Amino acid sequence: MKQYIIKRLLISILVLFGVSILLYGIAHMVPGDYVSNISSGNQNITPEMEQRMREAYGLDKGPVEGYISWLGDAIRGDFGTSFVYKEPVTSIIIKYMPATLALAGISMVLELLLAIPLGILAARRQYSFTDYTIVAIAIVGISLPSFFFAAVLKRVFAIGLGVLPISGMVTARANFTGFALFADMAKHFVLPVTVFVLTSMGSYLRYVRTNMLEVLSADYVRTARAKGLPERKVIAKHAFRNTLIPIVTLFGSMIPALFSGAVITESIFALEGLGNIALKAVYAGDIPYLMGFNMFIAALTLIGTLVSDVLYAVVDPRVRY
Amino acid sequence: MEDLQERNQLEQDEFEQNQVILTPGQLVAKRFFRNKLACVGLGIIIVMILFCAIGPFISPYGEYEIFYINSTTGEEVRMKEDSVGGSDMGINVKAPISSAHWLGTDADGRDVMTRLMYGGRISLFVGIIVVAIELVIGVLMGGIAGYYGGAVDMIIMRLVEIFNSIPFIPLMLIISSVLFASGVKPQHKIFWIMGIMGVLYWAGVARLVRGQILSLRELEYMQAAEATGIRTSKKILKHLIPNVMPIIILIATMDIGGVILTESVLSYLGVGIAWPFASWGNMVDVVKQSVILKNYINIWLPPGICILLTVLAWNFIGDGMRDAFDPRMKR
Repeated sequence: MKQYIIKRLLISILVLFGVSILLYGIAHMVPGDYVSNISSGNQNITPEMEQRMREAYGLDKGPVEGYISWLGDAIRGDFGTSFVYKEPVTSIIIKYMPATLALAGISMVLELLLAIPLGILAARRQYSFTDYTIVAIAIVGISLPSFFFAAVLKRVFAIGLGVLPISGMVTARANFTGFALFADMAKHFVLPVTVFVLTSMGSYLRYVRTNMLEVLSADYVRTARAKGLPERKVIAKHAFRNTLIPIVTLFGSMIPALFSGAVITESIFALEGLGNIALKAVYAGDIPYLMGFNMFIAALTLIGTLVSDVLYAVVDPRVRY
Repeated sequence: MEDLQERNQLEQDEFEQNQVILTPGQLVAKRFFRNKLACVGLGIIIVMILFCAIGPFISPYGEYEIFYINSTTGEEVRMKEDSVGGSDMGINVKAPISSAHWLGTDADGRDVMTRLMYGGRISLFVGIIVVAIELVIGVLMGGIAGYYGGAVDMIIMRLVEIFNSIPFIPLMLIISSVLFASGVKPQHKIFWIMGIMGVLYWAGVARLVRGQILSLRELEYMQAAEATGIRTSKKILKHLIPNVMPIIILIATMDIGGVILTESVLSYLGVGIAWPFASWGNMVDVVKQSVILKNYINIWLPPGICILLTVLAWNFIGDGMRDAFDPRMKR
């Protein structure tokens, strides 16, 4: 087991290396760098000044040289300074993390709380009206474009009924404190969380349903029924505990999503989270932040896959590495 | 005695004639059409294709034709007419629903209904082409990795991991700004986007196909193929790929919906289909202007519903296909 984890970690480092080359290459293909973006139209800036600025921003080197110096810093945990925020990339990521974590964390807990019971219910009544309704709702959720769904919710609840705020995280100039502040933020989170939950719950729900169906047709469930156990016990003790095995592996895939959040949802509701900042960084040409953020998510994705593989072995003693 | 024999023979013939023998394909089709949601999905897709393919020929207007209005008489004038240059002429923006414009006109004075048709062409086209590209690359890479194993497998699977761990939307945005800066024409941009999406999406397909091939490789019929001494390329293309076909068809239907959704997100963010061409995604992006979000629902609601219905339909079909292909799902 230990050996397996070490081997996987080493491979992950190799993969991260590949990701960084690919990302750096693409990011540096963008012509018109940050310096010419901010200095264009300003007559006071001479070519010499531009050159000095390029040196200061580290944009004067060629792609290969630039990559090597970026890599050298990155290994030491220094992802450079964001062009736009003039702060180290790592501290920006830490600063904007809470909003993303709150939105994604709350949504994911709700998703699991809805997806697991509904998935089990649908599997128990396969091909019934209940099953069809639940599956149809799940598929509608998967098919909803988040930006459109957000627009409809905003139109109905924020503009039409006026019961919820349209965007942002707190009411501007209200200066709430204590519980009032908490209540105000909670109000602002209702619509984004709804969008997040409904658009990503469906895939979990289908996953739970498929696995539950598989377990329900297993021999040991038939045995449990044959020895006269009440149906409630068959489901809760024999079937459900075995569907937990595949569900546990979902946690691994949730790790990166917890931080990358929903770029679109965050930007539509103007939540100051990592995804929204990344979107702004693309438009501003903030290469250090983009590199740092994308590498962060890539590393989390790899860790997530490893975690789900290890968890699989932990919850299912039959699996050996 | 002879009579009895003859009667037996006749009965047997009759039995054989009435025996319906179904090929595996027919069995799948039968199971598929029993699924009501899948049939609804198929219906929606057919209607959408007809709407987008034939609609533009019936609609009297062009995709980016702008309508003008005479502010004194209230008479509408089309872009090509001479009187457009007159002093009391204004662009007929955000016109309400009328018999001339079934869904009104948008913020630039173009007919929403007509743009809906052209936008749908793009969405459906993108979905199919991107899936085709990802399938070609994915099946090939997955097939090679699964068949050869060893070092080749190791390299290809690491590539798959690399592609899987890059966040898609930020990457797509960066690529799009590269495209924009390198002066790709708006009418060509869509082909670039399709190609890049296909290249970025192959990893998932390759992983699934590889898994299938790994288990198929060990079966007896592959040993038999080995014994006949045919070429490796033939073994992969003739013996392995056809057996992976169900899962390939499945991925294809499941992914078309997802690709259409992603394309609409890209267009919404302003990096997909570029002005003046229509796509359902960039027709919804007017909701960023709160006046339109509040007062002109006829401009942004229809394209959004079109995306939802189309993606929904593909997902219903995909779901039906999965149940139909899975022999354990018998009822």
